[in-house]
Amino acid sequence: MRREWDGEEMGPRFRGDDGVWLVNDVIETETEIGAEGATTRMNMIQAINSALDVMMMRDPDVVVMGEDVGYFGGVFRATAGLQAKHGKTRVFDTPITECGIVGVAVGMGAYGLRPVPEIQFADYIYPALDQLVSEAARLRYRSAGEFIAPMTIRSPYGGGIFGGQTHSQSPEGIFTHVSGVKTVIPATPYDAKGLLIAAIEDNDPTIFFEPKRIYNGPFNGHWDRPAENWSKHPGGEVPEGYYRIPLGKANVVRAGEALTILCYGTMVHVCQKVAEEAGVDAEIVDLRTLVPLDIDTIEESVRKTGRCMIVHEATRTSGFGAELSALVQERCFYHLEAPIERVTGFDTPYPHSLEWAYFPGPVRIGQALKKIMKD
Amino acid sequence: MASESPRANLNPLSLHVPEPKFRPGDAVDFTSVDIPAAGTARRPDTADDAKDFIDLAYSMVRVLDEDDRAVGPWNPKLTPDTMRRMLRNMALVRAFDERMFRAQRQGKTSFYMKSLGEEAVSVAAAAALAADDMAFPSYRQQGVLISRGCPLEDMMNQIYSNSGDKLQGKQLPIMYSEKRFSFFSISGNLTTQYPQAVGWAMASASRGDTRIAATWCGEGSTAEGDFHSALTFATVYRAPVIFNVVNNQWAISSFSGFAGAEATTFAARAVGYGVAGLRVDGNDALAVYAATEWAAERARTNQGPTLIEHFTYRAEGHSTSDDPSQYRSAGEPTAWPLGDPIMRLKNHLIAIGEWDEERHAAQDLELAEMVKTAQKNAEKNGILGHGLHQPLDTLFDGVFEEMPWHLREQRQMMLDEEEASGRPWARK
Repeated sequence: MRREWDGEEMGPRFRGDDGVWLVNDVIETETEIGAEGATTRMNMIQAINSALDVMMMRDPDVVVMGEDVGYFGGVFRATAGLQAKHGKTRVFDTPITECGIVGVAVGMGAYGLRPVPEIQFADYIYPALDQLVSEAARLRYRSAGEFIAPMTIRSPYGGGIFGGQTHSQSPEGIFTHVSGVKTVIPATPYDAKGLLIAAIEDNDPTIFFEPKRIYNGPFNGHWDRPAENWSKHPGGEVPEGYYRIPLGKANVVRAGEALTILCYGTMVHVCQKVAEEAGVDAEIVDLRTLVPLDIDTIEESVRKTGRCMIVHEATRTSGFGAELSALVQERCFYHLEAPIERVTGFDTPYPHSLEWAYFPGPVRIGQALKKIMKD
Repeated sequence: MASESPRANLNPLSLHVPEPKFRPGDAVDFTSVDIPAAGTARRPDTADDAKDFIDLAYSMVRVLDEDDRAVGPWNPKLTPDTMRRMLRNMALVRAFDERMFRAQRQGKTSFYMKSLGEEAVSVAAAAALAADDMAFPSYRQQGVLISRGCPLEDMMNQIYSNSGDKLQGKQLPIMYSEKRFSFFSISGNLTTQYPQAVGWAMASASRGDTRIAATWCGEGSTAEGDFHSALTFATVYRAPVIFNVVNNQWAISSFSGFAGAEATTFAARAVGYGVAGLRVDGNDALAVYAATEWAAERARTNQGPTLIEHFTYRAEGHSTSDDPSQYRSAGEPTAWPLGDPIMRLKNHLIAIGEWDEERHAAQDLELAEMVKTAQKNAEKNGILGHGLHQPLDTLFDGVFEEMPWHLREQRQMMLDEEEASGRPWARK
């Protein structure tokens, strides 16, 4: 299946469906390239590409590997140009074996390299689970620090692109459940670059899930309206050089008094739109990192607003929302004025034709909002 | 459930479930095991194309013959000193195993795994590799660690999870990690070390290093997906790595037939990948040395990986947790046609006038004494289950480089629990 994403055959057709899957869409920049401290307009793909490029220039130990990432530059173009610039021994294509990709990255880390493997879609990460859960995540612990796995596994995740059940999943809850792995999910190009740089510099294994629906623009959940791109969003203004956003720091994207909405990835933008349309003064917290979690920001916000809604695309049962809900209940129970609301995907495989019925969009979030705001 | 409308004109299908030749109580007869004569396998150039010596994946490299002579093109022509050193290391591994097995039976630790009968596989390989070539072992390569001079006491500290255990009691006994001896942290998960060894080797090659990697797994665990991922990666990038498949005939209670041995050899797995494949008498230290030396030379000259099947026999149980008399004939270990690797090298050294029974007996005594002394010293650091050997809060160290809040919180919870329990474990 994944081969079909390579060429022009599938791409235009998907773009035609909803007009947003514009992965080759380059935003024109007027800023001088390479100027120290200069910023430029980037979409999330370009920001990720820039993070990889910056880190490969700064640290000769950084290597990028994965299916189709080399000469071709990745099916989403995230690694475009990197092989030509940094050479084939630092940016290379791999055999189609996710177990092998992560296992090899463990060995490279043991040698002293800092691998950044790409798993082409989060939906294909499962063959690598043993290498991730039993090896990378526990290597520091089991060797008492003799060996570490300083890898960052990048992987596009999430729905909203008519990818069906094999190109739409949100498996973050599987990884947050594993001790020894960090899980990071950006919501803007600016965050994507800063967080990816921090993840690469981190000496522990990090899962870096990229919400592919917002690669090109801040999708607000209204799939039937014209798509936006990053050219007007403040998060699309990205420094060209090195900067980092520390892991474990959430971002309050909108301050408010009425309720707290905890979200990440694509849902940050959907929630903003829903609150705006409902005229509710919501405080919207983009978690950015699920493990380690910025509990202080969450607590502070919920204590202030007295209401908490949690929104994620992933299936509901044992999803990360369950953990968030438990934490808020444990820590903010006496400040809560209403039961915590969870808005999630359904406990079904991710559908194809019924994507928008599955997707936790404006209607589902709007109804939950009404419910939680009732006296 | 059978089909409602069987095709009456066709024979019914039948499912083949492999069955070992001998079960408990059966008389053992290994005459059907094909053992080619020593010295008959040809020795290709290390630069030859893998497809030009496919026959070696189906025959067997053997050097020591029935008259204790070293014969044929694979004879590594080692000096008596090197052979005596290998003999000593094999005997030391056996003495160490014996002592630690007994320690487990005495309740001093939870678990142990012997390598009885397989000592040559690790010791001779270690002798042929450079000391800083990176080993990605499975759980039965204590011979590599001992050959590289790891202090026995350190190994025992790990086995006892005591205060001298630098792994802080975090790992099951024998799952050593010894970076200073280029020995990777052992995992209990099977064959996960295979792609890791390839990754290390690729990194070494990409850095213009001269070190190569060697990894080991059992014949049973070649069935894991990691094995195939590793071979694919290795052949694609011509990684400087040596894959050792220790075919000791048994994976706990499953005989090698459950990994495909009825149909082909394990060395033949290499053929499909275009990887050099050698099948070696694993109880012949000189053959193991020669094959490893050949593969190392091939790897070091950028000719790519080699898979070596070591045909051997697991003379004891899988670990202290199983009783082999429950699933195989007790006669198997003594009837094994390739004999005892220590005996065979010893007899060769005696045959060439470089060793004798008296020296051998004296060495055995010396080694037993040495292991005993190491054990006494290790036990001064404590044994498993007798008191707390690590501060309680080390439980939370090393999950991440820096401890996040949720682990700090859980650590405090544990310390509070300890205080509330009235059982001050940490002070015992």
